[in-house]
Amino acid sequence: MSKLDSKIPKGPLADKWTKHKNDINLVNPANKRNIDVIMVGTGLAGGSAAATLAELGYNVKTFCYQDSPRRAHSIAAQGGINAAKNYQGDGDSNYRLFYDTIKGGDYRSREANVYRLAEVSANIIDQCVAQGVPFAREYGGYLDNRSFGGVLVSRTFYAKGQTGQQLLLGAYSAMNRQINRGKITPYNRHEMLDLVIVDGKARGIIARDLVTGEIERHSAHAVVIASGGYGNVFFLSTNAMGSNVTASWKIHKRGAYFANPCYTQIHPTCIPVSGDHQSKLTLMSESLRNDGRIWVPKKKEDAEAIRQGKKKPNDLSAEERDYYLERRYPSFGNLVPRDVASRAAKERCDAGFGVNKTGQAVFLDFASAIERYGKEQAAIHGNHNPSKEDVTKLGKQVIENKYGNLFQMYEKIVDENPYETPMMIYPAVHYTMGGVWVDYNLQSTIPGCYVTGEANFSDHGANRLGASALMQGLADGYFVLPYTIGDYLSKDIKTGKIPTDTKEFDEAENKVRELLEKLVNNKGTHSVDHFHKKLGHIMWNKCGMARNAEDLKSAMAEIRDLREEFWRDVKVPGGMNEMNAELEKATRVADFLELGELFAKDALHRNESCGGHFREEYQTEEGEALRDDENFMYVAAWEYTGDPGNEVLHKEELEYENIEVKSRSYK
Amino acid sequence: MKLTLKIWRQKNSQTKGELKTYPIDGVEGDMSFLEMLDVLNEGLINKGEEPVVFDHDCREGICGSCSLQINGEPHGPDRLVTTCQLHMRMFNDGDTIVIEPFRAKAFPVIKDLVVDRSAFDRIQQAGGYISVNTSGNTIDANTIPVNKHDADESFNAATCIGCGACVAACKNASAMLFTSAKVSQFALLPQGRIEATERVLNMVAQMDKEGFGNCSNTGACEIECPKGISLENIARMNREYLSASLKG
Repeated sequence: MSKLDSKIPKGPLADKWTKHKNDINLVNPANKRNIDVIMVGTGLAGGSAAATLAELGYNVKTFCYQDSPRRAHSIAAQGGINAAKNYQGDGDSNYRLFYDTIKGGDYRSREANVYRLAEVSANIIDQCVAQGVPFAREYGGYLDNRSFGGVLVSRTFYAKGQTGQQLLLGAYSAMNRQINRGKITPYNRHEMLDLVIVDGKARGIIARDLVTGEIERHSAHAVVIASGGYGNVFFLSTNAMGSNVTASWKIHKRGAYFANPCYTQIHPTCIPVSGDHQSKLTLMSESLRNDGRIWVPKKKEDAEAIRQGKKKPNDLSAEERDYYLERRYPSFGNLVPRDVASRAAKERCDAGFGVNKTGQAVFLDFASAIERYGKEQAAIHGNHNPSKEDVTKLGKQVIENKYGNLFQMYEKIVDENPYETPMMIYPAVHYTMGGVWVDYNLQSTIPGCYVTGEANFSDHGANRLGASALMQGLADGYFVLPYTIGDYLSKDIKTGKIPTDTKEFDEAENKVRELLEKLVNNKGTHSVDHFHKKLGHIMWNKCGMARNAEDLKSAMAEIRDLREEFWRDVKVPGGMNEMNAELEKATRVADFLELGELFAKDALHRNESCGGHFREEYQTEEGEALRDDENFMYVAAWEYTGDPGNEVLHKEELEYENIEVKSRSYK
Repeated sequence: MKLTLKIWRQKNSQTKGELKTYPIDGVEGDMSFLEMLDVLNEGLINKGEEPVVFDHDCREGICGSCSLQINGEPHGPDRLVTTCQLHMRMFNDGDTIVIEPFRAKAFPVIKDLVVDRSAFDRIQQAGGYISVNTSGNTIDANTIPVNKHDADESFNAATCIGCGACVAACKNASAMLFTSAKVSQFALLPQGRIEATERVLNMVAQMDKEGFGNCSNTGACEIECPKGISLENIARMNREYLSASLKG
């Protein structure tokens, strides 16, 4: 198992990264001009890395399926980005951010990686402010913070409910500067369909021009995959419609191990499903749990009456409501981590307390916050005996200032005014902690193939804390990869341009052509969406918020059957040599149909509950997740062997030298 | 709901397009406009016809991919929403809906309802950034205090999603609202002042080069903008441009 060398530097935790940076090889600026890097994906992780590598002097080619890098799905992140700045003086530190992240991940992530993440986090904020990212500020002109789940400090920087947008546009502007200098060549509306390996090293990709349909060969000295997560294996998720696993899956099939595929984050606060036509789910930021209180009725009759429209939520008095998170987890209350909040919502709804027509929703209520802020504002304005109307008016203004765009989005989708009546929310698939296995340098098991951001598995263990995805994407892209990839590329200064007229490129291109031809010539009877939806049902029902061995076994068999049916019966209209949205979907769903089986296999093998992976067989009497550290404190890295149901397991044992492994409690 | 859709079909940029009529049944008010098109496409595929191609991705109003001129209005009849957030409850049973791509010389049609908006990227590349290296050797974030009002205004300008509705709404197909949003974001921040002169001159020059028209202050762009980007940004850009031109 020599391949699973995590390459964690020796020495004390806090010195590892600094020491590593001092030890690794550098590439002289003149030589960087002769080195090419391919970047697949232009979200926070890919865009930031592309800009930084280009600025260092490498020739970068970026690839994204969207019409512009600015549309990558990082843009949809709402609530914020964590950083251990301790601007609030509330006891934050690198160690505390590290500790919270390890604990939040249920002791299933790598200490050294997470510490590095915490260490560089503060610098991200400096960088983004220098770039002109308009973060929220206080009246004194200094940066404002808020709290997110699973922590006891305020370390989240934000730009209303559009933090991801502002950070992505920051990375996009840094890319634009390099495009203008000619150091980045952007290939937009292009999709990577295979990795090319020459002499054991990643040396290029095969990509399809999504406008003309042309199949292209691109070579480089290293290939970076920053293509995001695979939540769309569930069909319905908060991911963008085009978000896919294809780049990650293609490198997996070429030899990169895939780690912990079953670790999926189901986000507690999303707008519930409204009907069969639903194409995606919309998140309501976790930041809302700073001010919103989650509840269901205490009595089933009340829940029933609300479902039937006979009672309104505001008809119930405080005593008739069950603020179940505050009840179960008094010290973290509504700000428990996402996995805990999601399971608690499912538990209440399964028990018959759900509040919408389908019984699959709970309330997120801002009335208390509106009252609290209203009184505070009235006092600030010198009104010490305000009327109820004044309080409500002033309170609503505060809420609007903080979450205006989210409230507007909710109202447009649901057609109800959340300032007047509580929001209805339910958990939905949001983020995947699992991903391609990488070492400390973010290199996969294929030399020269690096993986960053959500696409890798490295930092969040079995559950990611809120506002940490943006942090990881930018940490990887701005501050980690540009160093570590240099160490690898330093051996390539004399290599020269990688030719594309070789047998390796021929083989990969032919494979892609065969795949596409097979799909357009299949002429089956059902659309791609038909199969994708079926896959999503299997995944949600059997590999979702609660899993058990029996369901997982049958999920594996069902996915395998569905995959066979897909290849027999899928119908892809149109041709290969034109813009063909159905063909794009088909290649992506074909990969999801393989990943899904591995996902279930991974969930089945992990006989414990941890973070987002909850096995019904392994829980405490109070229904909390029950870990098995003795047998499962490892990263499960899967090796492709030609069949996703029969992949080979490799284990990277996790060692905790700086943190005491405890059972995770938020009570 | 039963509706009649008249949709622009065009095979590629070389061929001419035309409006084709498609009846659709079973549309529900809770569907988004794009989900309604998904239903149409599923039906077309099952009948062996080619589905209608349109740009879309996040479906939560933030990525700026979706477009569509719906009954003559970019993103349709509702205000402050993108097409993906437009819900069918805005329409009535029996309605006829005309769906076309965004129209502008600088946005050539690629296929059906998909247009090429790469001109927007090139405007940003001409100067929509602050020239700071990304390697992290910057000063502590709180050593640059910013007046809250300016920071908020800068943020409001920065929320532009680059969808192109402003161009599609304008009778001159002007990109002034789009360009001015980025110019304003940086003009309002101390970090952005240093390069302000070059930025506004270069971005405006690129905008003209791409073939966008002039601004004649009708304000249609502001009304149709799904993010409520204010016309004040255009005024601010004009001031910036004037002072940059005087500096030479």
